[in-house]
Amino acid sequence: MKEDFLELKELVKIFGGGKDIVTAVDHVSLKVQEGELVTLLGPSGCGKTTILRMVSGFELPTAGKIFIDKEDVTSTPPNKRPTAMVFQNYALFPHMTVSENIIYGPKIHGESSQVARKKAEEVMRLVGLEKLGNRSPSHLSGGQQQRVSLARSLIMEPKVLLLDEPLSNLDAKLRVSMRLEIRKLQQRVGITSIYVTHDQEEAMSLSDRVVILKDGIIQQIGTPLEVYSRPDNCFVADFIGKANFLETTVEDVTPDGSIIINLLDQKLSIPEVKKPLKKNDKAILVLRPESIILEKKKPDTITGVIREIVFLGNQMTYIVEIAKQPVTVEMSNPQECESFKRGEEISIKLPIKSLHLLPMEEEK
Amino acid sequence: MNNNRNRQIHEITGQLKLIWKEPILFLFILFIFYFLFTFVVFPIFQVIKNSVYIGGRWDFSNYVAIFSKRYFIQPFFNSIVLGIYTATLGTIAGFVFAYALTRTTLPFKKFFRITATFPIISPPFIVALAAILLFGRAGSFTPWVKSIIGDYSIYGLSGLVLVETIAYSPTAFFVLFGVLEAIDPSLEEASMDLGASWGKVFSTITLPLATPGIASAWLLVFIQSMADFGNPMVISGNYRVLSVQAYLQITGMYDLPRGSTLAMLLLLPTATAFFLQKYWVSRKSYVTVTGKPTGATIKNLEWYIKLPIYSACILYAGIVLLFYGTIVYGSFQTLWGVNPTLTLKNYVEMFEVGKDYLYHSVLLSSIATPITGIVGIFISFLIIRKKFIGRGLMEFISMLTFAVPGTVVGIGYILAFNQKTALMPVVLTGTAWIIIILLIFRDMPVGIRSGIAALQQIDPAIEEASTDLGADSNTTFRKITLPMIAPAFFSGLAFGFVKAMTAISAIIFVVSGRWNLITVAILGFVDNTQYARAAAMSIILIIIILVALGVIQLLVNRVGKGVRMTTIIE
Repeated sequence: MKEDFLELKELVKIFGGGKDIVTAVDHVSLKVQEGELVTLLGPSGCGKTTILRMVSGFELPTAGKIFIDKEDVTSTPPNKRPTAMVFQNYALFPHMTVSENIIYGPKIHGESSQVARKKAEEVMRLVGLEKLGNRSPSHLSGGQQQRVSLARSLIMEPKVLLLDEPLSNLDAKLRVSMRLEIRKLQQRVGITSIYVTHDQEEAMSLSDRVVILKDGIIQQIGTPLEVYSRPDNCFVADFIGKANFLETTVEDVTPDGSIIINLLDQKLSIPEVKKPLKKNDKAILVLRPESIILEKKKPDTITGVIREIVFLGNQMTYIVEIAKQPVTVEMSNPQECESFKRGEEISIKLPIKSLHLLPMEEEK
Repeated sequence: MNNNRNRQIHEITGQLKLIWKEPILFLFILFIFYFLFTFVVFPIFQVIKNSVYIGGRWDFSNYVAIFSKRYFIQPFFNSIVLGIYTATLGTIAGFVFAYALTRTTLPFKKFFRITATFPIISPPFIVALAAILLFGRAGSFTPWVKSIIGDYSIYGLSGLVLVETIAYSPTAFFVLFGVLEAIDPSLEEASMDLGASWGKVFSTITLPLATPGIASAWLLVFIQSMADFGNPMVISGNYRVLSVQAYLQITGMYDLPRGSTLAMLLLLPTATAFFLQKYWVSRKSYVTVTGKPTGATIKNLEWYIKLPIYSACILYAGIVLLFYGTIVYGSFQTLWGVNPTLTLKNYVEMFEVGKDYLYHSVLLSSIATPITGIVGIFISFLIIRKKFIGRGLMEFISMLTFAVPGTVVGIGYILAFNQKTALMPVVLTGTAWIIIILLIFRDMPVGIRSGIAALQQIDPAIEEASTDLGADSNTTFRKITLPMIAPAFFSGLAFGFVKAMTAISAIIFVVSGRWNLITVAILGFVDNTQYARAAAMSIILIIIILVALGVIQLLVNRVGKGVRMTTIIE
């Protein structure tokens, strides 16, 4: 496995001119290992598709460089790059059959029809399209079209596979099964992949690493577990999963680096903090709804009042007022748990491991 | 089988019941059918009848005569040859422009677009007039061209092909621009991503996907070229074509049966091309198969691809500018090719001689255009949104005038309306009405087409919601549908006005001493070699059209939807 198989160095893309300048991608740097699947995740307009289009060669970066397998491809035209793209709307050639679509690339590269057909058969078996070779793309279901698009890219044996929101046109159920399939396929072939999506669940379930973007700037890079449990800022915490934010102040910093905060007269010690905090700094406590435990009221604990109860079948959601701030608490398996009534005063237990502290951000 | 029949009967009675519940709608439908039969079908029927039923009995002697003598059949082949050349060159020109505008970073796109499509808002034969001023016997470029290619004459096939290509390539451009714009750029990107060079992308993706559009464009230009009357009248010389021959038979020889027969020969290929285009080629389109476009296009083209495309655009725009510039310049000359002193006398004389023509053109077009627009939108509403017996027939008939050359319609109108009939109990020939009616029914397909296009984009649920809330058809149409399709209505209006003001081929048969039009007058001046005066009149005509388009644009802005001028002209 090669380190830095794909490298983006300080990529910048500015659209427009004069007064209407939009910086779509702002100094983005990223190293991807061989065989790794990295997801670019962010809300629409965050620049993720633009990054993908720069890697594929359809957009030229305003500044920065792109390396694939140590080779500088920044100004290589798209048809000469060792990348293959799966388009959001599949972009299947409507005037060609499924197999014609798939052997299009090999034929362009001068391979004989026989070799191309053989390869196509293999790829079609790989994605489960064996019997559909002679169909026209318009006679396929969304999922099948998706497979054709994938097969058409895979047959090129590209060094980097690019996927631009490939599942966004499918219905919810198909989306879940297709994403598992894509992940399995990617691991089996061992192909380095960049996957663009705005669906955080998709990103979490697929990726080796996730790159979270906002306004063209990278917010955090990490494994799905890292970005979920240790988000770098409130945007990431809020974008990945649900999060409660409680404002607080640093009471003290112990010599071993733990941070003591005060929450409703209860001292909490947080062992590990990503960004340095000093005494009296304002900070934000990030609490995942599922990590909070509610109990019958006990003395010397953090207390709150139940304000709202929503039963969702597989879980119970409580809105609890803690220190005058609403906090969402989710309890799974509600039948087995203790139940509470609206207006009831309760105690709150916060497992140390799930506590995460962020410095208060100044509004930019 | 029996079940099927019952179901059909059930459906028909169901439709009848619906109609019964909306008697006003039913009356409207009856009215429209009456007008369509009287002013579209009946005249064409008259042409057919007059070519085979002469002096009270069946008589095929005209067909026999035409098919047995080379001299008589020659115009048929001439027209077809002309159509093929013009369609091919016009489609190539239109394609290059459409490609340059949709797929490259050509600078000044707006300028090129307006220049290339400008001929659409002027009477087509103005191009022929310019060709004579430039390359005719006393043409400015004639000595220079002669020194290169030797002796030549602009009058004939090559001159005709040149002017018709300029006059009708905008048609091809509009069709192909729409087609190329609708091809999802991600298809071309996918091809490039898979390793295809520009040439490969073009030959394996762009061209195959555009092929149905190219065929459509070719057939439409072919029809226009075959049906063209003004240009051949001015510049065909000894190259005899059907439209002019039919006209001469009728106005020169008063031989209505022979003229009708020639008109039939003209109708045959144009109608074939039309139905080929409408029912076969347009069905082959791939354009709608793909999903939503990403809006991105291939822009990073190599210089050796850009250079020829850009050069072709510049050259072609230059030719168009040269032709129209010549008309402007010519309109200020004392006597073209003899006395180049600049003068305003052409305009002064033009107003003295031509003010009646001008007034009549504007008046009759202004009456016809709104009627065309309203009836056109109403018919498109009926066709798309209402179920009634004869709906398919209504669509077919209302589109028919598109397929029928103006010459055929013009002859049909004199045959049909120079006497009282059961359908039309007054004689229309010689009145202003016959001109107005002809303008209305000639231009109606444009209004219907834009109406249909607009309606198909509106979710029927919006109208159903109105009905559900208690509105009848009439109210729903006025309060809901009409405001939503207003932009299409105005663009139909604009195009209708342009077509009415520039009409010549059918109109020339129905004008009279009392009611004459400016296009006919210009053609007359050209015929008498009063080129400067004709040029001045043409300039005034173009200015009036531009002013009218500006006024309609203002109206559109008032309505609120920002439809640009360029979209209006389409």
